[in-house]
Amino acid sequence: MNLTHLTLLEQAVFVLAALVLFLSFSLLAQARLLAGIHIFAWQGGVLALATGLIAATSDEPHLFISAALTFGLKALTIPWMLHRLVRRLELERHADPLQHPALVMMAGAALVIFSYWVVAPIEQLELAGIRNILSISLAVVLLGLLIMVTRRQAVTQVIGFMSMENGLFLAAVAATQGMPLVVELGIAFDVLVAAVLFGVFFLHISESIDSLNVDRLNRLSTREDDGA
Amino acid sequence: MTALLITVFAPLTGALILPLVRSLRLAGWLNLGFCATSLAGSVWLALQIMDAGELTGNGFHIDAFNIYLVVLTAFVGLTTAIFSRPYMTHICREGRVSARRMRLYHSMFQGFMFTMLLALTTNNLGVLWVAVEGATLATVLLVSLYRTPESVEAAWKYFILCGVGIALALFGTVLVYFAAQQALTDSSEGLRWTTLYAEAGRLHPMVMAIAFVFLLVGYGTKVGLVPLHHWLPDAHSEGPTPISALLSGLLLNVALYAVVRFKMLVDGALAATDKAAIAGHLMMGFGLLSFLVAGLFLYRQRDIKRMFGYSSIEHMGLMTFAFGLGGPLATFAGLLHMLVHSLTKSAIFITVGHATHIAGTQSIDHIRGLIRTQPAVGWGLLLGVVAIAGFPPFGIFTSEFLLLMATMQRWPWLTMILVLGLVMAFAGLFRHLHPMVYGKIPEGQQPVTANMLPVMLHLGLVFCLGIAIPAFLARWLDQATFLISGSHLL
Repeated sequence: MNLTHLTLLEQAVFVLAALVLFLSFSLLAQARLLAGIHIFAWQGGVLALATGLIAATSDEPHLFISAALTFGLKALTIPWMLHRLVRRLELERHADPLQHPALVMMAGAALVIFSYWVVAPIEQLELAGIRNILSISLAVVLLGLLIMVTRRQAVTQVIGFMSMENGLFLAAVAATQGMPLVVELGIAFDVLVAAVLFGVFFLHISESIDSLNVDRLNRLSTREDDGA
Repeated sequence: MTALLITVFAPLTGALILPLVRSLRLAGWLNLGFCATSLAGSVWLALQIMDAGELTGNGFHIDAFNIYLVVLTAFVGLTTAIFSRPYMTHICREGRVSARRMRLYHSMFQGFMFTMLLALTTNNLGVLWVAVEGATLATVLLVSLYRTPESVEAAWKYFILCGVGIALALFGTVLVYFAAQQALTDSSEGLRWTTLYAEAGRLHPMVMAIAFVFLLVGYGTKVGLVPLHHWLPDAHSEGPTPISALLSGLLLNVALYAVVRFKMLVDGALAATDKAAIAGHLMMGFGLLSFLVAGLFLYRQRDIKRMFGYSSIEHMGLMTFAFGLGGPLATFAGLLHMLVHSLTKSAIFITVGHATHIAGTQSIDHIRGLIRTQPAVGWGLLLGVVAIAGFPPFGIFTSEFLLLMATMQRWPWLTMILVLGLVMAFAGLFRHLHPMVYGKIPEGQQPVTANMLPVMLHLGLVFCLGIAIPAFLARWLDQATFLISGSHLL
C-alpha cells in the first residue's frame, strides 16, 4: 500500500480509524466508570467525523445522515444515558480495575495482529486501503469482546458491547460506503432500544443482587452444577 | 401482496395497540385475534404461492423455502396465544406479574411475532439482521418478566450472549455486502438476496468464506449451537412458558433459516474453488457437537423446562448437521425436521406449562403422577416426549430416518455417532419422564383447568406427517430442496 497515492481526506480517514482503535485500547485499560463513558463518547465522535469525511470524499449523500445519526446516538445520547444511570445508582467513584493489566493489553495487541491475519487473504482484491480499515474494525470488534470478558461491572460490559457496535459501523462505512439507508436506520433503532433496555436491566440487576457486579449473577450456573 | 402485508403487519399493529389496552381479558382475546389474522393472511399467501411458485417485490421475497415456515410461525403463534390467554391470566391472579407488566407481555408477544415474520419474508439481508436483533430485544424483557433474581440473570445472559453473537453476524453481513459491491454493477442491489443468489458465482470466494464463519457463529448463537448455547436453557427455564414455546418452536428455526440462506450464497461463490464444501463441513461440525453435548446434558437436568431446552439444542444441532451434509436427501430431512420439531416442541412446552401448574414447581423431582391426577396432561406429556424422541409413527421418526439414510450414503461412519446420540437422548428423556407421568401422586395434588386443544392439534399434525406428507407440502419441500441443494429429491 502506498499512502502517498491517497488524497489528503482519505489519509485523514485512516488516521481517524487508527484513533478509534487507540480509544478501544484506552477503554480496555480504563478502570473508572465515568472516564470509560467519556472515552466511549469520544470514540463515537471520532467515528462520526470519519463518516462525515468519507461522505465528503465519496458521492454518497446518505452518509451524512448516518454521520449525524452516529454523532447524536453514540457521542451524545447513549453516553448521556449511561452517565445518568451511573449517577442514579451512585457509582461515580466506582472503579472496575483489571486483574492482570499487562496480560490483557498483550492479549489486545495479539487480537489486532490476529485481525490483520484474518483479513490478509482479501489482499487479492488489491484494495489495500480497505483491507487496512477492515482489519482495524475487526480489531475494534474483538477488543470490545475482550472488554466484556475481562470486566466484572455491568456498565463496563455494556460499554464494551457498544464499542463493538462502533467497530461494525466503521467496517460498514469504510469498506462499503455504508449500508443502504433502510438497514442503517434499522440498526440505529436497534442500538437505541438496546441501550434503553440495558438501562432497565441495570436497575433490575442492582435491585435483585444489590450490586452491578455480574460475577454475582451465578444462581443458574450453580444450579447446573448441583444437577448431577 | 395484500396477503403478505396482512401476515406481517397484523402483529405489528397488535404490538402498537396492546400496550393501550387496560383490560387483561380483552388484551388476551385481542392477542389471539391478531395471531389469527396473521395466520389467515399466511394461509391466503400460501394459496397464492401454490399457484405462482414464488413472489418477489417491495423488498419481500417468498419462495418454497420460507412459505411453509411463515405458515408454521403464524400457526404456532396462534396456538400459543390460545394457551397463553388462560395461563397468563392465572399467573397474573397468583400475583407473580402485575397488570401493567401484562400489557408489556402482550405487546412484546406481538412484537416478537412481527420480527420473526419479517425476518422470514424479507428479501434484504440487512433487514434480516435488523429483524433477528429485534426478536432478541422483544424477548429479553419477556424472559425477565417475573423479575426474580434468576430470571434477571437469565435475561442478562441472553441479552449479552445473543447481542455479541448477532454483532458478529452483522460483521459477516458487511463482508457479504463488500463482496457484492466488488462483483455487481449496481451496488445498491448488494444486499438483495435474490440478486445475490443469481450472481453467487461471481462473488469473491475468499471474502464469502470469511463472512460465513462470522455469520455461522453469529446466527449460530441464536440457533443455540454448542459452545454458544449457554443462554438457551436459562432463558427457557426462567421465562414464562408461552415464551419458551415460541423461543423453541420458532426463534431457533428463524436463526437456522438465516444460516441456510447464507450457506446457499457461499456454496454458490465457492462452487468453482477447491474448498467447495467448507460451509457444509463447518455446519456439520458445529451441528454434531451440539447434538452430542446436549444429549449428554439431558441426564443432569433437574428443571423440566431446562431439560426440554437442552432437547431443543440437540434437535437444532441435528438440523444444522443435516443442512451441512447437503445433498437432496439430507436437505429434505432437515426441512421436514424443522417443521415437525417446531410443532412437537411447542406442544411439549404447552403441556409442561400445565404440568408445572398442577405440581406448583418446575423441579422434576417434585412433578409426580401426572397421568392419574389429570390424564389429559399426563398423556400429552407422554406422547409429546415419545414424538420428540423419534418414535414411529410420529413425523420426527421420518425426518431422522431420512437423515440417517443420507448420512449412511455420504459419511457411513458418522451414522454410528448419530445413532448413539439418538439413543442417549432417548434414555435421558425417559429417565426423567417415567416418574413424572406414572409416579406416586403427592398429597393434595389437584387437576387444573387445561385447554389441551393446541397440544392435540400439534401432535395430531405431527402424527399425520409421520404417516403421509400431503402432496402440496411435499412439493414445497422438494422445491426448497432444489433451491438449497441444487437437485430435486422427488
